Order: sequence, then C-alpha cells, then structure tokens
Amino acid sequence: MNATVAQLTARSLLGRRRVLLLMALPGVLLLLAAAARSLVGQNQDITVALLGGFALATLVPLVGLIAGTGVIGPEIDDGSIVYLLSKPLSRFTIVITKFAIAIGVVTVFAALGTLFAGLILSGLSDGLTVGYALGALVAGISYCALFLLLAVLTRHAVVVGLLYALIWESLVGSFVPGAQVLSIQQWTLAGIEKVVGDHAEELGVSSAVSLGAAIPLLLVVIVGGTWFAGWRLRTLRLTSDE
Amino acid sequence: MSTLVLDEVSRWFGNVVAVNNVTMTIGPGVTGLLGPNGAGKSTLIHMMSGFLAPSSGAVTLDGEVVWRNEQIYRRIGIVPEREAMYDVFTGWQFVLANAKLHRLPDPEEATWQALETVQMTAAQDRDISTYSKGMKQRVKMATALVHDPPVLLLDEPFNGMDPRQRLHLMDLLRGMGEDGRTVLFSSHILEEVEQIAESIQVMVAGRHAASGDFREIRRLMTERPHQYTIRSDNDRALAAAIIAEASTSGVQLVPARAGRGADARRAAGTGTRDAPGALHVQATDFVSFVRVLPRLASRHGIRLYEVSPADESLESVFSYLVAR
Repeated sequence: MNATVAQLTARSLLGRRRVLLLMALPGVLLLLAAAARSLVGQNQDITVALLGGFALATLVPLVGLIAGTGVIGPEIDDGSIVYLLSKPLSRFTIVITKFAIAIGVVTVFAALGTLFAGLILSGLSDGLTVGYALGALVAGISYCALFLLLAVLTRHAVVVGLLYALIWESLVGSFVPGAQVLSIQQWTLAGIEKVVGDHAEELGVSSAVSLGAAIPLLLVVIVGGTWFAGWRLRTLRLTSDE
Repeated sequence: MSTLVLDEVSRWFGNVVAVNNVTMTIGPGVTGLLGPNGAGKSTLIHMMSGFLAPSSGAVTLDGEVVWRNEQIYRRIGIVPEREAMYDVFTGWQFVLANAKLHRLPDPEEATWQALETVQMTAAQDRDISTYSKGMKQRVKMATALVHDPPVLLLDEPFNGMDPRQRLHLMDLLRGMGEDGRTVLFSSHILEEVEQIAESIQVMVAGRHAASGDFREIRRLMTERPHQYTIRSDNDRALAAAIIAEASTSGVQLVPARAGRGADARRAAGTGTRDAPGALHVQATDFVSFVRVLPRLASRHGIRLYEVSPADESLESVFSYLVAR
C-alpha cells in the first residue's frame, strides 16, 4: 500500500462525474426499497427479489465495474500511469493500493447500499439483510479484482466487463445452467444461502454451486486476479502518439 | 555521471520492425535524438525508459539492465510525450505527489526546488487543467527533476511550445548538460537539436543512421548529392553544358511528352506549359553548382524557367544518411 498512490487514485476516481453515477445506483435501490416497504409492508419475497434481483445481480456488478476499471483504466488510456510507473515502486504495491481504493468504493456504494436497502425492507429479523449485505461485499471485492485485471489487460475492459456481468451472468446463466458455475454472483449466493440458513430454500435463495466450490473460486479470482494484474503491469506497453 | 548503453537493440511489433539493431552510448551532456516522424525515436526512448522490452539486445544504465527494474527510476527522470497528467491536482500537489512517490526525505523542499528550476512557482497553486501547453510541459519537467536524477529522458519536449518557452527549455537542458547530467531528447527538427546538443544521434526508419556533433551531421546533410529539376527554353543544350561541369555527376533529359516532337512544339511558342520537358540534374557539390548554373545559362543564351530542388524533404535527407 502506498498513501500517495491511494490519494492520486481516489481523487481522480471520485473527482470526476463518475461519482454521481456511483451514487445514483444505490440511490435507485434505496428508493425502490422505501417504495416497496410503504406499499406492501414487510415481505420476504419482495426483499429477496430486490436484494437478489437488483442489488446483487445489477448494482454490485456495475459498481464493481466502475470501481475496478476506474481505478486504473483511465490512467492507462491517457498515459498518465507513466507517472506511477516511472517511480521506484513495486508494481504489486500500485495494483494492491488501487484494489484497496476500489474495495472502499464497493463497500460504500454497493455493500452499504444493500445493507440499508435490506434494513428498510425487512430489518434484521430473517438473516436476509445480513446475508445479502455480506454477499454484496464479497461479490463486490471479486468483481473489483476481476475488472481491475481486465483494465490492465485490455483497453475495452468496460465493454468486456459489461458483457460478462450482464450477458454471461444474467442472460446466459438463466438459459444455460452450466454457465452459472463460472459466475461470481452464483458463488456469492452459495455464501448467502449459508448465512440465511435453513429457510433459504423456501425463500428462493439458492445457488448453482456448493459453498465448498464457491470459496476457492472466489479466492482464485481475488488473489489470482490481483497478482496477475500486478504482474502484467510490470510489462505494460505504453503507447505513444507516434 | 551516468552512461546509458544500447547494445544491438531491436524491437519489432508483429511484422513491423520499429527499431533495427541499434548500438549507441549516451554519456553526460546533452544528446539529441534526431529523426523524422515514425523513425523509431519514441520506441527507442520507451526502451531506454524501461517501459518496453527490447525484442533483442539490451539497454543498460551504468551496467544495470533497465527493463523490469523499478529501482532504476531513482536515477532516471522521464518527461513523456503525452500530455495527460492528474488534472484535478494543482501543479504543486502533483509535483509533491511525485516527490513522495520517490520517498524523498524532504518532499516539500524537493518540490519547491523543481518548480523553481522550471519557473513555475508563480502558477503552482492553479489546477493543472488550467495550464497552457508550455506550462504543462514545464510541470512534466518538474516531476522528472524532483528527485535530482543523473539521467533525463525527454520525448519530443519542444512540440507545441512557443519560441520563448522553447528558448527557456533549451537553456534549461543546456544547463543540465553542463552540470554533468546525461540528457537525451528527441526531435525531428535539426535546427532545434543543433542549438543545444553536443552530440546527435540520427535515427531513420528504425536504424541508427549517423552520430556525431552537429557540425558533422550538418556536413553530412549538405554535402550529399542534390537533385534538381530544371526547365529551360533549350533543355538539350543546357544538358550538354551542365554535364561538362565538375560539380555534377549526371543529367537526364526528359522530353516534353515523349514521341510527339517536343522541339516542334517548343518552336511554335514557349508558352506551351502544359507538357514541358525537363532536366533532372544530380549535383555532387551543390554549392558550386548553384553558383555556376546561371553563368552557364547566360553564356549559352538559354532562358531558365524553373530551377527547383527535387528532394529537399526531411525524409529524403535522412534516407541519404541511411543509404550512405
């Protein structure tokens, strides 16, 4: 971790208009939660539908995408990353610091957003709120690791990331059950299922993968993705205008 | 005192060879890397900066390999060609951040020194996004100087500068060279390079075409054979007179529209400019050739319509150096 890298990253990430988009997403979730609670009252089906269908399936991947690619992608694109690379700094330090900033962003905008939405919808009584908030945190961290790696690997990280989060995880996953084995959302659901406990099945909280498979897969994405991003940053090719 | 050594360095991207077997030694003082656009100057500087691996060969700084060696940046300062910086910061904040990234013992003092050197202290508290091109260039320079490196690499630093900023930067670089720093900058303009560089390395089409001080490079460029295209009212008589001169090595007569009697049309009137003939002259000593040509013409009563150098583009000047 390097405080200066963190400062440069955080200010360029949050100093731009991106922060408004980051606030809009959890804002929509909280509005929906408040509307549902006042119209229907406390209802577990609606809680699962909103937290699972919107928070975990849409909010978390999008915030993860914005944060994961945003902490490094724009700097690689415009070439300003050269000011970090031309310093006696380990590339792993740079990547880990940027990863930490991205984790901070998903914690605030995705995990806390999900927690508050859950509290509004059904309080702390049935484990759903805690389960989904923790799930949002773990999934958010994984998405950040994955999308940060993508941003180091390709200039089209945002497009590839969107394709993964929206097409693969949601669309392909719903038609081709096998695709769900490679889905951060499903791995996290396995954990949420465990936290919610015995009545998870009847609430419709179920995952396509077992917890025993999900934990190693999540660790591979988080640790492996971060390590690989640092390794690739050592050999990052800077393009010039020539 | 540091020396940057390139040992048989090549770099290719797929099928394209950007840098072809370059060997050079860059020592203390100011060195100009001269060449037309696309000659591989930026690729070479990227390899010297440790941002790009040579496909073969090695770049070393005082015997230490530059590639994948983050510690090398304690001794190298880099001024990139691209303009992007962290625009939301002020000049002071950004240079200070660079000083801190170098873990300097007194980053504030180093920042102040660097901004003072590039004369940016007056505007240091403004956001970088409000700076002019020249001011951005100077802040870039300050970030490269903040850790007082013995080696400074600058990619096209004069691009987009106005004459006053240019002079200031030239003074700055000259001073750094006199202090014993190893300063290398790239440019495609000979006049720029010869004003400050004690040594010049010429790159053309990925090859190291020539090296030496500016007098040597200047001489190579002016003493090369020159091509001229000449039009007159009697090309054939002029050709005969020209080839008799020692300053030329060849004359080619291009008839006015082949096969249709150029002389006849010329006899009909000299105003037929739509399909004129021409002479292509190869001058070995262009200084005496341009002196002797008008005298020849007047002695033989020939009227000259046009005398134009045929190959004065920078690329052709450079490519002569490669073919030499």
